[in-house]
Amino acid sequence: MGAYLLKRLVSNVLLVAIAASMAYFLAATSLNPRAKYEGKQPPVAEAVVDATLDDYNLNDKTPVFERYVTWVSGVVTGDLGETWDGKSINEEMGRRVGVSLRLLLIGTLVGSAVGVTVGGYAAVKQYRLSDRVIGVSAFVIMAIPVFVLATMLTLVAVGINDTLGFTLLEYTGEYNPALSGWDQFTNRLNHLILPTISLALGQIAFYSRIQRNMMLDVLGQDFVRTARAKGLSRRSALFKHALRTSLIPAATYFAFAFGTLLTGATFTEKIFGWHGMGAWLVDSIQSNDVNAVAAVSLFTAACVLVAGFLSDLIVAALDPRVRVS
Amino acid sequence: MRSKVTLARLVRNPQARYGLIALVLLLALAYVGPFFGPYDWTDKDFMSFLSPPSADHWWGTTQIGQDVYAVTLRGMQKSIIIGFLVALFSTGLAALVGAAAGYFGGWVDRVLMWGADLLLVLPSFLIIAIVSPRLKGASWLWFVVLLAVFSWMITSRVVRSMTLSLREREFVLAARYMGIPGWKIILRHIVPNLSSLLIIDATINVSGAIIGEAALSFFGFGIQPPDVSLGTLIAAGSGKVTGYPWLFLFPAGLLVLLVLSINLIGDGLRDALDPGSNK
Repeated sequence: MGAYLLKRLVSNVLLVAIAASMAYFLAATSLNPRAKYEGKQPPVAEAVVDATLDDYNLNDKTPVFERYVTWVSGVVTGDLGETWDGKSINEEMGRRVGVSLRLLLIGTLVGSAVGVTVGGYAAVKQYRLSDRVIGVSAFVIMAIPVFVLATMLTLVAVGINDTLGFTLLEYTGEYNPALSGWDQFTNRLNHLILPTISLALGQIAFYSRIQRNMMLDVLGQDFVRTARAKGLSRRSALFKHALRTSLIPAATYFAFAFGTLLTGATFTEKIFGWHGMGAWLVDSIQSNDVNAVAAVSLFTAACVLVAGFLSDLIVAALDPRVRVS
Repeated sequence: MRSKVTLARLVRNPQARYGLIALVLLLALAYVGPFFGPYDWTDKDFMSFLSPPSADHWWGTTQIGQDVYAVTLRGMQKSIIIGFLVALFSTGLAALVGAAAGYFGGWVDRVLMWGADLLLVLPSFLIIAIVSPRLKGASWLWFVVLLAVFSWMITSRVVRSMTLSLREREFVLAARYMGIPGWKIILRHIVPNLSSLLIIDATINVSGAIIGEAALSFFGFGIQPPDVSLGTLIAAGSGKVTGYPWLFLFPAGLLVLLVLSINLIGDGLRDALDPGSNK
């Protein structure tokens, strides 16, 4: 089991390194930070631009491989370089990672927990009205892209706020800096409501479909009947035997679902005005910021790695066959 | 014979029936609708900016006086074309690569599957986002190619594993002993036998590509002006959604309906072509 996880970890770290390197090469060869300095009035002397770009390891006159080596040696020691205007990427990242992780963590937890519960419930109530309602709504939700969903939610929030006459639901930014203490805490929670809904709904729909199918497969099997026959109540037979077995496929899909969650977070952050990593990716591509693009790619690759590792861990915990072999 | 049975099953499936009806209606709206509208999509009405839906402008106007009805249908045409082209290209690529890898085996297999694995690892969103705005002068067909290149890998793995069992079957062996070259066997005997998988995959790819296009265009990384697609319209509308909701609601609603109808058809096709998998 330990060897199995270690092997997966090593191959995942290798994949992260490859993905981040490819992202760096792509960004370094096709984005042009020089453009930021060239259009200025009064014009900046070329030697000055060169010197500045050299300082930030962004000069397109240096061979790309040389820049890559400088970047990697920085990354290995924990220094991700500078943005196009010379700010430290580490500092910026420290601020933004917290913002993103809060969204991602809550989105994952709410999405998977509610999704699995809803899917399991639908399986138990197969072909009843509640099962049909859940199935149809999951199908519809999966056809709505995150950016449409998020924008619809702001529209609804504005409507509610307007009819009530005061701001019940916040829909821009992360918190109100004018408040402090307890007020600020509740204000932060309020700002979290809509982004969480827009991120979690898709996850809920996804997990509920998987969980329903798997639960149905398991419910008809002999070991569940045996559990009932040996005198377990319906409730504990469902929870202890059926649910646990049917959770394994949902856990293997966890890494995959997390990938879509990351992309979804980019839209959510942009639409609700959160300054997290996703929003940074879009901004840095638009502002030709090579090192920032590479840093965000590294972060997303690392996130996917952690999700993959977690999914392996959960599967190993749930499925004795993995632990033994 | 088999296609008749499948078609009959498909029409009997209520899900697929609703999906097909909805898709035909949406296609008719996109391609016939513009002829009934009072304005062309390039027209600009300088007497009404950002006016709400009315008898004159059915779905309202934009901030430069474009008729939302005409522009949205134009964008929908583009989204539909992109969806179908990407699906065709990506499923075709998946079939050829997967079948070649499975049929020839050896180093061909290793090279092709290694390439597929590499493409799976690369951050596709980032690559398309960086590359596609730099194709500004070029045709939007490049954008289709980019979307397709990053969406065939998983299917090709499935195709490969199915080819591995197909190539040991009698009709393939017979063809091989008759001296028919490998690429001909792939095209004539292997790919047609995978048609149900490929049809389902292509259908799902259409809705995936439409969403992918809209998502990239939302950030300005997809279709570039003066071309419009549902994605660019949604992006433009979402910024003004609180004051002028019609700019957002019409393209977004059509996008959701389009994706939903295609997904319904895909689900129905799966049931009709593969009755065993009752997912």
